[in-house]
Amino acid sequence: MHIPDGFINLPTSGAFAVVAAAGVAISIRGAKSSLDEKTAPLAGLTATFIFAVQMLNFPVAAGTSGHLLGAALAAVLIGPYAATLAITIVLILQALLFADGGLSALGLSIFNMSIIAVWFGYGVFLLVKKIAPKKKVSISIAAAIAALLSVPAAAAGFVLQYAIGANATFSVSAVLTAMLGTHLLIGIGEALITFFAVGAVLASRSDLVYGYKNQVSQLEIRANK
Amino acid sequence: MKQKTFLISGFIASLFLAGVVSFYASSSPDGLEKVAEDIGFIETAKENTNSDGVLADYGVKGVENARLSTGAAGVIGVIATGAISTGLFFLIRRKPGGIK
Repeated sequence: MHIPDGFINLPTSGAFAVVAAAGVAISIRGAKSSLDEKTAPLAGLTATFIFAVQMLNFPVAAGTSGHLLGAALAAVLIGPYAATLAITIVLILQALLFADGGLSALGLSIFNMSIIAVWFGYGVFLLVKKIAPKKKVSISIAAAIAALLSVPAAAAGFVLQYAIGANATFSVSAVLTAMLGTHLLIGIGEALITFFAVGAVLASRSDLVYGYKNQVSQLEIRANK
Repeated sequence: MKQKTFLISGFIASLFLAGVVSFYASSSPDGLEKVAEDIGFIETAKENTNSDGVLADYGVKGVENARLSTGAAGVIGVIATGAISTGLFFLIRRKPGGIK
């Protein structure tokens, strides 16, 4: 969902770049409390892994492919603030080094993938975690559902940008239907990868998983009351 | 698993995925590109400012062998992402014993 230059006009791209920059600035402050000697390298690894898996386009329907976005995965592993930063770093490097995504559209892409997908995904994760049984596997399932929905959420972000400032004049509702449908399909792949990746980290180093740690510390607080 | 073992395994897995498996990735247009083609606004896309770059489109310029070109671009990307992101996360982390 890396937006090329030209789809969205420059004023709209500029406005979203300002919003994206503000989101990144807030995330730098927010990530401070969740990053320490132990979790900072995990955050780096998460960004690295997401870069690698984003190269792996899988077929979703006739003539269409998708790849991991990684927003929900990152939010569960390292927390939403650090996740916003991780995805942002990946998007900037992809645009600068690999010509993947336009430079003028970077703010648009960061808004959709590093902010909407991360925070919407994290919200869904918290909600599912709350109602699911207090088991380790529930964390992976909640992450997978968050992943599934985070992709159409990011796609909806693009449709918003298209509605505000597209250089083309095709109907917004046609773009909305096509974007949501396609990205819900991609979301299924996203959910599978996220389920297994979160499961693998939980199995080897559950103490490092932000979305799991949180639950443990909440239980401890309750026990102390 | 020790933290160091965990991090090294994750990094090696990333190198393998970007360096080897990436060659087998689908080359069909992605979701947004396909929608843009189907509806028609693909016409408004401009060529990327970096499209002449050495690593543009996940290939190393001048390397003829597709497998080698994609793999090398992936490995460079993994090392660059790993170094830059880990460096930045260390910079903004909570410092041990800090008063703040």
